[in-house]
Amino acid sequence: MIAGRILAFILVVATVVFVVIGTVRPNQSGALVVDSKVHFMGSAASPEGAVNSLMQQIGRRNWEAAYSSLANKGEFTETEFIRDLNGSYGSLRSYANLDGFDTQPLRASSGEAQVRARMRWASVVGTFEDTRDLRVVRNGSRWEVAWPIVKEAKVPPQVIPVNYLRWDVIYRGAEDDWGAQDVEAPHVRIVAMHPVDRGGGVVILGEVLNEDVVPAFVTVKASLLGSNGATLATEDSFDKISHILLPKQVSPFRIDFPKVRLSAVDSVRIQPSTSLVAASADPVIGIEGQKLNPLPEPSLTGSLVNQSGQVVNVAHVIGTFYDNSGQIVWVADEYPSRALLPQTPLPFTISLPADVSSKVGSYRVVASTYSSSRFQ
Amino acid sequence: MRCWVTFLCGIVVLTLPLMSGQASAQTSGLRFPETVEAGAAFSVPTSGSGHATLYIAGPGDALRREIKLGENISFGPDDLHNAGHYVAFLVAGSSTQNAQFEVVASRQPATLSFLAKPSRLPVNLPNALGGVAYVFDLFRNLVLQPQSVSFELSDSTGRTQSRTATTRNGVAWVKMNSAAKAGPAQFQAVAGNVHTKRVIQQVPGDPCSIRMTARGSAQKEKGRVALETEPVRDCNGNPVPDGTIVTFTETYNGGQSTVDVPLKRGVARTEMPARNGAVISVASGVVMGNEIRWSGGL
Repeated sequence: MIAGRILAFILVVATVVFVVIGTVRPNQSGALVVDSKVHFMGSAASPEGAVNSLMQQIGRRNWEAAYSSLANKGEFTETEFIRDLNGSYGSLRSYANLDGFDTQPLRASSGEAQVRARMRWASVVGTFEDTRDLRVVRNGSRWEVAWPIVKEAKVPPQVIPVNYLRWDVIYRGAEDDWGAQDVEAPHVRIVAMHPVDRGGGVVILGEVLNEDVVPAFVTVKASLLGSNGATLATEDSFDKISHILLPKQVSPFRIDFPKVRLSAVDSVRIQPSTSLVAASADPVIGIEGQKLNPLPEPSLTGSLVNQSGQVVNVAHVIGTFYDNSGQIVWVADEYPSRALLPQTPLPFTISLPADVSSKVGSYRVVASTYSSSRFQ
Repeated sequence: MRCWVTFLCGIVVLTLPLMSGQASAQTSGLRFPETVEAGAAFSVPTSGSGHATLYIAGPGDALRREIKLGENISFGPDDLHNAGHYVAFLVAGSSTQNAQFEVVASRQPATLSFLAKPSRLPVNLPNALGGVAYVFDLFRNLVLQPQSVSFELSDSTGRTQSRTATTRNGVAWVKMNSAAKAGPAQFQAVAGNVHTKRVIQQVPGDPCSIRMTARGSAQKEKGRVALETEPVRDCNGNPVPDGTIVTFTETYNGGQSTVDVPLKRGVARTEMPARNGAVISVASGVVMGNEIRWSGGL
């Protein structure tokens, strides 16, 4: 009884002590979260404090305060500052929130410092990172951030002729005879499949071809079967696939089974399913300047070029990586956070696992797009 | 009311054989024909005198009729039209007579349910198109007696393939070849004087020998090369439909560029960065086309 009271007393005292320590000396380094209820703010009395303060304002979308705190606000307007961070044309950024950030001092002198800020934005398709090296300058007793603005390219006014190509579908009616025909589902074919052992789990890599003459909405489901024929697990490719395939188009797919060991798998059953959908053959996206970058940060970089005249709000880039024998060794993807404007290159980076990068002999990249202006 | 009669008939069917060993006999005085054609009119003689109630129960049909014993019981064309096994009971006071008979489908086909699969298929495939015909009579009873069904496939050029099959258990089926010429084909099944038609879309196969040409782009200041395929056709000479994706790949030292272009008006055209020494290839699906080594010329 007495021991219990002593323990409770110790816990209360320890809690009070930690609360006081946390209040008096808050953590100002490492990962920070953006929370409107947090009252602590970085102080502009130090370069890191100024960056932290700016990040907090950005996280709260307090654009006016963030813009007014900048050292170089004369170089661009507040609208340009907002467009830089918040995107435009309904891009992924427009619907993303700053989930957190890290700051890392790079160098400092008495009047100027450089701090790297890594912003993590939470979007509907996952988190993406935006890293900026910020120059911080002293202005009297305060430090102010000179924001490295990324101005959005402007498309010159022009007319781009497009021979619009589109498929519409009329399905059978409810009143039709049961023997009456319906439109045939598109025929697709798995042209490659390779299970690999990865991180103690199984990853199914492959490619699917729309061998029909109509567009197909495709999903690929895989079941892992044990030696007794029992199903160990079933998963689908989710967004690691380009779902809408035009005639003769090939998409890679990746299906992850993190909780199944490859040694327990006897066979794999792949079930592609398709449905006929209305689709458009535009926009055409060129993927230019594709380049494989070696360690220490292996990646595939390039730029997307929208050859059509309509704005693509969200693009999805999927890379298929093959070894020298042509076997698929990895499938990875990326969603560029900015909108894809007509005739304007948009860079992308697909990260590769370090162990995979050494095996890659060739690669193939496909892009799929979403445009809110495209009626389907 | 109909439900109530059906229920009553069911009770009678279940209980009468238990009540009397005599009642479970095939018939006493009630003489129904062994088989009756669906929708046919017929009559059944009765014996005795006085009034009785006739119950008839069958698949989807139940009948209750007050009759006079000694007179014929007449059935009209619309009284019994569902094919199957029927049971009849004639209840007069405490005595019951029963009979069983079959109603069979009419021999005359009235409708065909025709399934043609697939409704869209590539040209020049042997036994790739399946046709299945179900033969029904006027009352939608499956005609189980063997019937001859002829199938005809006419392609867009007017050439016709014909096959004949005999129904087994009411179903006839055939396999047909797709034509070498793309276009809509009429697939028809005929049984007696009944015919049903389906339209089959015969589409071009994989592209064959894709060829492209390259030239310096009109926008020379951009340093780009304009690529254009010749009209893309399949191996039977059918033009591959617009919208088919053609992939151009430009490989150069240390990198590559690709673009997926849909065919429009039979050709695919695009522009790519011009790099001296780059190898440009073209493909569609799993079919490769020619390669061009770009050596300037802008």
